[in-house]
Amino acid sequence: MKKSDKTGRVAMPEQPPEVRIRNFDEVPLGYDDEQARTEASRCLQCKKPSCRDGCPVQVDIPAFIGLIAEGRVLEAAAKIKEDNCLPAACGRVCPQEIQCEGRCVLAKKGTPVAIGNLERYAAHYASDHAARHGLGPFVTPAPPTGKRVAVVGAGPSGLTVAGDLVRRGHDVTVFEAFHKAGGVLIYGIPEFRLPKRIVQEEVEYLAALGVRFELNHVIGKAISVHELLEKEGFDAVFLGVGAGLPSLMGIPGENLGGVYLANEYLTRVNLMRAYDFPRYDTPIVRGRNVCVIGGGNVAMDAARTARRLDAEQVSIVYRRSVDELPARAEEVHHAQEEGIHFKTLCSPLEYLGDDRGMVKQVRCQIMELGEPDASGRRRPVPVPGKEATLDADLVIIAIGGNANPIVTRQTEGLALNKHDYITIDENGATSVPGIWAGGDIVTGSATVILAMGAGRIAAQDIHRFLCERN
Amino acid sequence: MSTILKKTELASKIWQIEVEAPRIAEKALPGHFVVVMADAFGERVPLTIADFDRQAGTITLVMMVVGASSLKLSRLEEGDEFYALIGPLGHPSEIKPLDRVVMVAGGVGAAPIFPIARAYQQQGTEVVTVQGARSADLLFWTDRLASVSVEHVITTDDGSAGRRGLVTEPLAEQLAADSEKRIGGVYAIGPTPMMKFCAKTTEPFCVPTVVSLNSIMIDGTGMCGGCRVTVAKKTLFTCVDGPEFDGHQVDWDSLMSRQRTYHTQEGFAFGRMLAEPAPLNENILLRQNEEV
Repeated sequence: MKKSDKTGRVAMPEQPPEVRIRNFDEVPLGYDDEQARTEASRCLQCKKPSCRDGCPVQVDIPAFIGLIAEGRVLEAAAKIKEDNCLPAACGRVCPQEIQCEGRCVLAKKGTPVAIGNLERYAAHYASDHAARHGLGPFVTPAPPTGKRVAVVGAGPSGLTVAGDLVRRGHDVTVFEAFHKAGGVLIYGIPEFRLPKRIVQEEVEYLAALGVRFELNHVIGKAISVHELLEKEGFDAVFLGVGAGLPSLMGIPGENLGGVYLANEYLTRVNLMRAYDFPRYDTPIVRGRNVCVIGGGNVAMDAARTARRLDAEQVSIVYRRSVDELPARAEEVHHAQEEGIHFKTLCSPLEYLGDDRGMVKQVRCQIMELGEPDASGRRRPVPVPGKEATLDADLVIIAIGGNANPIVTRQTEGLALNKHDYITIDENGATSVPGIWAGGDIVTGSATVILAMGAGRIAAQDIHRFLCERN
Repeated sequence: MSTILKKTELASKIWQIEVEAPRIAEKALPGHFVVVMADAFGERVPLTIADFDRQAGTITLVMMVVGASSLKLSRLEEGDEFYALIGPLGHPSEIKPLDRVVMVAGGVGAAPIFPIARAYQQQGTEVVTVQGARSADLLFWTDRLASVSVEHVITTDDGSAGRRGLVTEPLAEQLAADSEKRIGGVYAIGPTPMMKFCAKTTEPFCVPTVVSLNSIMIDGTGMCGGCRVTVAKKTLFTCVDGPEFDGHQVDWDSLMSRQRTYHTQEGFAFGRMLAEPAPLNENILLRQNEEV
């Protein structure tokens, strides 16, 4: 076993690429106790820890790492849970390189403490302990306040709000449209990156604290947001419904058979378990030549999923270069290890179909990098007359999304921005008294941890509001 | 919740299911649909609401066994619960103030068209119903549809009931005979080719024609995009923009090729399930383990 990689960090043991492309099991295997203590002891315990500032929910990182170094792992897990109700998920899916680890003093030498790996370790240790000895480091909720809060959407922001408020003694009900709680953690992020069992444990933890989950409820349809406040007796509502409504480029052939939007592709595989068809009833197209359009985390997830569903060749088709890929560094690295091709500086012009209406090729425009755009990244510009045609019997479009209109359209008085996302103040409050919002329905597609950060801020304000209501 | 209160075989392989769903019944309107799952392994299947009773807190669904998922749903018995039932989804039908409408129902489309026909009849619109099926034994709800219609024409492919032929023939006759232009709209609900040809039939008469599309769906709330259709050269989502669209603007060939996407897998799964009845007990166990 490798003790450490060349950067001085304890390397994360992983399934080898040639093995993992044949299964859906998690890729990183997790630190053992020894590895975790070694890595934790690398932390300098800075007096002014900048890592903590890099965390959207300000986990007390030096404190929990210090506890791991002393072998007090249950206490470390409890310390994280003070600020983050989903540590097992965040340890796996946060873009640590631009958050906590990016701010670590050791990052200047290219050897930041592996904060994400340690967070994951602590969470795993605690849940393992709980499984063997009953419930683990349990937070005792404050005495009941008698105030009722409705959380709409059981994704990262909603679960954070639910966790923060149930602990303060409020009566919390989470409404979820799908038949399982977890939002993007369940339908979007694949099993090999975030095992569903872990999300389930986090949800069960909240349920054990007293959060009620009402699955199969589309708020805005069966019950409106105003009815939650006026008829169903809730004192406050938090909207964390996610972005949804995926984007298309508006080019010919997008509605051919075999052309998926990433949300559908991933939902079929993750939530509906199409990889286990026909034991599960939901089917999926298994392509031999797969093109994934886009360069974010969702594109990496889709590409790596297709690879595990028997694809021979999977290409990420991205209009900028590798350096501009918005995906987490680890995802790009894992995708490369798994043999995913990066067809960069390439942008689809048209999807071509066969006589049955199934996609067979993608005609692309070759791009080059021009001047930096508003995002600071160099803008991709077409190279005149240069095109490429790629064979593809499966195309997955992963270029982000727009605001889902179901809740926003029918909630009177809710102020929206020009892209139909909900407008909030610095405390997460919307224009309607009693309604807060956070996560992708406010920011557009973003990360799990940013949604959790938004949930945390809103929960504080909801708590203040509920206390003042007495 | 979601308990099946009553189950009736209306015709060969066509089932009427009455479900306890007070929250859905309270908000249901003609044209709305629900998404159902039979068990924890099931597909999410969209079904248009065929009727609702707000006081009893029930909705009525009608479905035909055409594949593995509908077979599985049809195997649920009275007293069983759907694993998941969500709704009401989509936009309700827009009931316009018209003198006269023609409602064309093909096969199992007789069920979703009924509450729309009734809503028109109740506001005083003359409803002409053309109801078609392959043969007499596949007809159902003829009495219900007749009760809200001033004229009720039945067609069967084999002539075993009503006129022999397709629904498009009486539809064309109705429009041709409408010299005073009293027919302000046509509804066509049924199999996709039937809706396509109804739309083609009405197009020369320039009569607005509404169709209710049965696209493949997962969430039914605008998140996945699987149900997208091309309407007037724009991509729309059946679940949040529909399910009803202007039949003259729908790209039917694109819709039909998308509906064929899983043809092979569906055939395989159907054959497998017909041969080996699904062990529902296992599903219930799994459900208990998985649910929070």
